Parts: sequence; structure tokens; C-alpha cells
Amino acid sequence: MSTASVRLPNWITYGLMPVLNLLVAFLISGLVVWLIGEDPIEALKLLLQGALGSGEGIGFTLFYATSFIFTGLSVAVAIHAGLFNIGSEGQAYFGGLGCALVALSLDRYVPWYVTMPVAVVGAAIFGAAWAFIPAWLQAKRGSHIVITTIMFNYICSALMVYLLAHILIVPGKMAPETRTFLEGGQLPKLGWLIEMFGSTIGAAPFNVSFLIALVMCLLVWLLVWRTKLGYEMRTLGISPSAAIYAGIPYARTVIIAMLISGGLAGMMALNPVMGASARLQVELVGGAGFVGIAVSLMGRNHPVGIILAAILFGILYQGGDALSFDMPNITREMILVIQGLVILFAGALEYMFRPALVRIYQKLVGTGG
Amino acid sequence: MSQAPAIELVGIDKKFGVVHANKNIDLTVAKGSIHGIIGENGAGKSTLMSILYGFYQADGGEIRVDGKPVTIRDSQAAIDVGIGMVHQHFMLVENFTVLENVMLGAEGGALLAKGVAASRTELKRLETDYGLEVDPDALIEELPVGLQQRVEILKAMYRGAEILILDEPTGVLTPAEADHLFRILRVLRDQGKTVILITHKLREIMAITDTVSVMRRGEMVATRKTSETTVEELAELMVGRRVLLRVEKGVATPGEIVLSVRNLTVKDGRGVTMVDNVSFDVRAGEIVGIAGVAGNGQSELLEALAGIRKPTSGEILLHGKTIDKVTPAHLRALGLAHIPEDRHHMGLVLPFEEYQNSILGYHRDPAFSTGPFMNLEAIRKDAALKIEKYDIRPPNPRLRTANFSGGNQQKIVVAREIERDPKMLLIGQPTRGVDIGAIEFIHRRIIEMRDAGKAVLLVSVELDEVRALSDRILVMFAGHVVGEKTADAGEQTLGLMMAGIAA
Repeated sequence: MSTASVRLPNWITYGLMPVLNLLVAFLISGLVVWLIGEDPIEALKLLLQGALGSGEGIGFTLFYATSFIFTGLSVAVAIHAGLFNIGSEGQAYFGGLGCALVALSLDRYVPWYVTMPVAVVGAAIFGAAWAFIPAWLQAKRGSHIVITTIMFNYICSALMVYLLAHILIVPGKMAPETRTFLEGGQLPKLGWLIEMFGSTIGAAPFNVSFLIALVMCLLVWLLVWRTKLGYEMRTLGISPSAAIYAGIPYARTVIIAMLISGGLAGMMALNPVMGASARLQVELVGGAGFVGIAVSLMGRNHPVGIILAAILFGILYQGGDALSFDMPNITREMILVIQGLVILFAGALEYMFRPALVRIYQKLVGTGG
Repeated sequence: MSQAPAIELVGIDKKFGVVHANKNIDLTVAKGSIHGIIGENGAGKSTLMSILYGFYQADGGEIRVDGKPVTIRDSQAAIDVGIGMVHQHFMLVENFTVLENVMLGAEGGALLAKGVAASRTELKRLETDYGLEVDPDALIEELPVGLQQRVEILKAMYRGAEILILDEPTGVLTPAEADHLFRILRVLRDQGKTVILITHKLREIMAITDTVSVMRRGEMVATRKTSETTVEELAELMVGRRVLLRVEKGVATPGEIVLSVRNLTVKDGRGVTMVDNVSFDVRAGEIVGIAGVAGNGQSELLEALAGIRKPTSGEILLHGKTIDKVTPAHLRALGLAHIPEDRHHMGLVLPFEEYQNSILGYHRDPAFSTGPFMNLEAIRKDAALKIEKYDIRPPNPRLRTANFSGGNQQKIVVAREIERDPKMLLIGQPTRGVDIGAIEFIHRRIIEMRDAGKAVLLVSVELDEVRALSDRILVMFAGHVVGEKTADAGEQTLGLMMAGIAA
């Protein structure tokens, strides 16, 4: 019989199922590690230790998680409106330009806390601008948003390399990057937060943009579930025909949702640009846009889920680095395989165990059947 | 009859989670008879037939075919024991010919030529034996609905079905096509086949069946010989109480013209003209019904009037004024409410909680919002009031809309649109898939709207419904309004007009 229509309690859908998926992903990863001749238990220990074993490790983990929260929210907002935004990567990259331009122009005049809000707005505007053309093409011309946003990732990448290598580069230098921001353009680290738990942050670039990410989680929750716009987006996302019936303007809603999505992706740039490297560099996003898709899927497109999933991927990123350092057999590529498995099970195959769970649940709850 | 019954169900039981869809069902269907199964939506008819056809497995009980116990794991197993099914929604490949559709899944080898020849002979035989005439080389998409249904029957017969299950077969047919179908079913019966007819239309049961079984809330409540029962008794058995089969209403007192449609032409997505130069008026205090077989332009007309579909030409006037912006939002603001034909795809967002659907389309109303935010308290209070007034069950505004029954879902839509107190009310298929109790309720509300001086335009493929509610009836055929009749026009007159034969 079909089990798709059976409703499970929330603790199974949002708790047990993701945990099960994660366990299976780790189990298969363990098998892979074992096959190349390493001890899976030891590897897991090293991974967790690297990610969570020290204040510095936690700092790195949360630094990565911050980026993933932004891109995860970006993907989630678009999904609620029925749009699959694959372009968070490019939008975040372009957002970096907006953020850097603000930092470069303000850093010598004002302290960081004045630069920051302006940079947030600048990054959001640039990110949104990069999402606008795909959004417009989808809304007015019906060009599929998945295709256009992917293409815009490449265009952005080429554009940014050109800008950094020819326009923004410091004269006389070889590296394609801007000058280093002064203190007025750098976000302070959150060392005090780590110290509260009796540890030190060390070299980890964990910074104030984490707090901005948490604020955005709250704002996205308000937008999606508490505003009229969010209601219209969800209606459109679930049932386009009902949206037409209800008089919800398709083009306007699509464009606004994509602008918000792009804006959230753009804000991600604050974390690496102003929080870590204090300059604009090529490849600053580093795949966080794509991880955002997995984070959003795994977090069920809900801010709380996104925070949890972002931290998980932060652990995988940071722990993976530590693992490949300690076990040279497990290369950087192996870490990618493990991350891929988590994405596969937690994202793409998220409902794989559902039919079985439904059957077990029905047995246990005792409907007599 | 001394031989073993065609089908015997003993103690069939099925649960879906907490829903007990079939409770210990016993059913005996005699060989060579037409057996009707009747019941409200959600009574468990479809579940029972799905078990018989192998879509679901029963939790308990036994199925016997020709006296022998069988296990039916899937539809192939059902076909193997001689059970064929004609679904409510046809399972045909539109751009294949009749022959190709009949052969599909029974091609008889990797190369087609031999199978084609064999099928052609077999189709010929079925045609002469049972009067199932269809051109084997016609494309499905070019056949009228009645003939498409015949292809479905042919498919079942081709696979050697001795027992034919038909699920709500007349929903899409004109009265004449339905009569033709009944003639075919009688021939099948007289040739020794067994027919099971699932329906919620009492008249059909009386017209065609030999025996009728009534289901209510998952139980088989009664089996009667059709000749020994009455429509009233069956209705009472279905609902569990006495029901009013006729809508009681006074004489209409039409007032000024509210809605005028002038030379309206509407094309569908493929560019086919669905509404062709249609003009009519609807006055305050009257119900104008549009009768027609599904697919003759009523849906497109309704959507155009609601602002959902853009007309290619023509004018729509409200209170004598041309509407400049024919959009759903603008029309709502002008006092036009719309109960759409398809509540699942238009009227409701099924995963939403009930209260969120109770404002769909009116969500920008200042009464339901504070600045950019929704005023959840106001919305839920309003939803609770409507739930009480319309007896929507279960009375829980926080329940997912998908978890309400069809009748209660429809009440959510009806409550939302009627409680806005519109001047003009567009209604499409108000009681499709709705149980008898809710039909009565919804019909009463519609009459109340008329009596309160509102203009009502009703589109329904249920001719009985159009006749019962309307003060004037317009008949649509192939995009044209082919005639206007008063409510007391005979069924046969209207039926002929619906078939495009007379005006």
C-alpha cells in the first residue's frame, strides 16, 4: 500500500529520520575508510576531535557553519516560493563585491560597527542584483530558474576574476585581490563566546557575522510564516494554480522571493571577506552556495533545522581538514566523498526510510492492523 | 442461480492508520448480474474495489472468485482471475490508436506485427459479440469521452475479464451516452459477464442494477434486490437518516442586471476556442445555471469571468460598468466571489492548516493583517466562527486541510466565499465529491444567497443539480450557448441540447 499519505509525528519526521539518514551515511563512509585500510572508528574520533575537540576547532566549525546558514536560508526562501535557486554560490560571490566596496570606502573613516550595517546592505543589494536577472527571466519569460542561476554562477566567477585581476588589484602586486581592509572594515572575532566555555579561539576566524546569521534566521522565520508576503510565497510554492485563483501576482512574487534569496546569499560574503581574510579574494565562497542546498534540504527549509544542518556541515568541513592532516591516506578527495554521502542520504534520499518507518510506526501505535 | 457466485468477499477488513476504511465486509456478487455498490464519498467503496483489484492488500478476510479462495497481490493477479476495472479517470495513451491502447501490456512478443493482426481479429469479435463498436485505428484524443470509456471496457474484455468493475462511469457522460453505456452493460450481463457498478447516483442504481449493496462509514449496511427497494430507502441507508432529495425553494424575484457577458471568446492553452462569442446576463436574486457535458467550455467561461483566464475578445460588465482590470484580486474587490470547480487545485492549498485556507484570496484584507504581518489571532477567530456556522468537522482550525473529508473541504471554500457577502457569486461544481449531507447544506446556502438578492451563476456537470437549483438554465455545447430554458424543462430536452442535437 502507499505510505506517502500517512502522517507521522513531528519527532519522527524532524528528529528520527535525519538522524537515521546521518547514521547510514556515516556507516557507508566508515566502510569506505575501512576499504582503504584505515580504522573507521579512529577516523571518526579524529574527525570529531578536529571539529569539536578544541576551542579553535569549534571556532572553525562555527565559522563554516555561519556561511552555510546564510546560503541555507537563501535556498530555503526560494524553495518556499517553489523556486530552486542553484545560484546562491554566484550571488554570494557577487555579494562579496558589494561588501568589499563598502569596506574599502569606509574603513579609514569609521569603526567596524558603522561599516558593518552598511556592508550588510551592500552585500545584500549586490547578491539580490545577481539574482534579479534569472528571477526576471523566470517571471516574465518562463526561462527555468535552475538553468539560469547555474549559468549565472559561471558568469559571476568570470566577472569577479576579471575585476580582481584588472581593476581591484593593488598596483604592483601579483595576487588577484584587493588591499587589506583597515580595522574599520574588519569584523571582530567572537573569542569571548568561546571563552565563556573555558576555551580559546586561537586562529579561528569565527566572527560577528555568526550573530547576523542568527538574526537572519529569525527574520526569515517571520517572513515565511508570519507575513502576508510569506503566505503568498508559500501558496505559490505549494500550488501555483491556487495562487492564481487567490489573485497572487506570479511575476512579482517570484522576483521578490528571488531578491530576498539572493540578498541572503550575498550577506554570506561578510563572513569570509570582512570576518576572515579582510580583503576580497577569488573563490571566496568556496562551494558554500552548493552546501546551502544540502543544508536547506536537510533542515527541512526551516531556520532551526538550517542552523543544525549548517553546524553538521561545519563539523564535516573542519573535521575533514583535521582528518586528512592526521591520516594522510584519507585525502582531501576522500573527505569530499564523505560529505557527498551525507548530502546524498540527508538531502537527496531524505525520505528513503519513510515507508519502513510508517509501517513500524503503525505496528507500534497499534491500529490493530 | 445454483452456480458459485462470481465474487464472494468474506470479512474483508482494512485500516489506514486510525481510519477504519473497511470493517468486516461481506459481499456476494452473483454470476451474470449487475451489482451496484452505493455509498457516500469516504464510505469505503473505492477501498473495497481497490482491494479486489489488488491495489491494496486487506488486513484480514478472504476473497473468493467462482467459489475458489484467491490472493490478489496486484492488478496482474486480478486480471489473471478474470477481474477487469474501468477507472473513473481513464488510463489511456492519448496519442495512441484504439488498437495500440488495447494491446498495451499484452503485445505478445517483441515484434508487433503478429500481435496487431491477432488484436484486430479479437477486437472484431468483441465488437460483434457485445456491440462495443469503436474504430480500431482512431486516435484516442480524437474520440469523444463516451467512446474513450468504451475503449477502457474493451481493454478489460480483451484481457479476458469475466467480472468488470466500473468506478463512477457516468460522471463524464451525457445522459444519452450514459444510456448507451447501460445498454452495453446489459448485453454483457446477458452474455454471462458480471458487472460491478460503483456510483453515488441513486437514479443509475435504479435504472440498471439487479442487486444493490449500500456502504456507510466502512460498513456494508444492506444489500437489496433493486426491484424491491426505492430511491428513498437507499438514500436513507446511505446517510443513516432521512434526507431531502429535492431542494425546496420559492419563486425567484430577479432584480437589476448584475453581471453582463458580451460576445466573450476564450481560448485554452493550445489556442483552441473553448468559449465562442457567448453573451448573457445574470440578475440580482436569480440563479442562472449552465448545463453541459464536461469539456464544452463551461470551465473556461467560469475561469474567464473570475479573471483567471484571459479572454481573447468580448466584454464583462458588473452593474453595467465594463471591468478594466479583469484580475482575480480586482474582481474580488468589486464584490465577485468564486467557488472554483476544483477545490484541490484552486480553492484550497491542501498542506495548509484550515485557518490559512479560510482567508485564501482575502489575505490582504486589513481585517486580517497588521502592517506587513498576518493577524493570526483575527484569522483564527474568523476561521472558528465559519467552522461553527458551517458545521465544518472536525472543528479544528489548526488541522491540515488535506485531512478534512471532501465535503468538509468544500464547506471551507463555500464558507470563505459566501461569508464575504458578495454581490455576484460564481460557483463551479459545488458538490463534486461531496457527501449527501453536505450537498443538502451547500444547496441551502446557495438558495439563501439568491433569496438575499445576490446574483448567482452556477456551473455543474450534474444535470440534476442544475435543474434543482437554477431559475434559468443555459445549455453549452462546443463553446456556444445553444439555448436557454426555464428550470422546469425536461431532462430529455436538456439532454438533447447538451449533445448538440436540438435547441
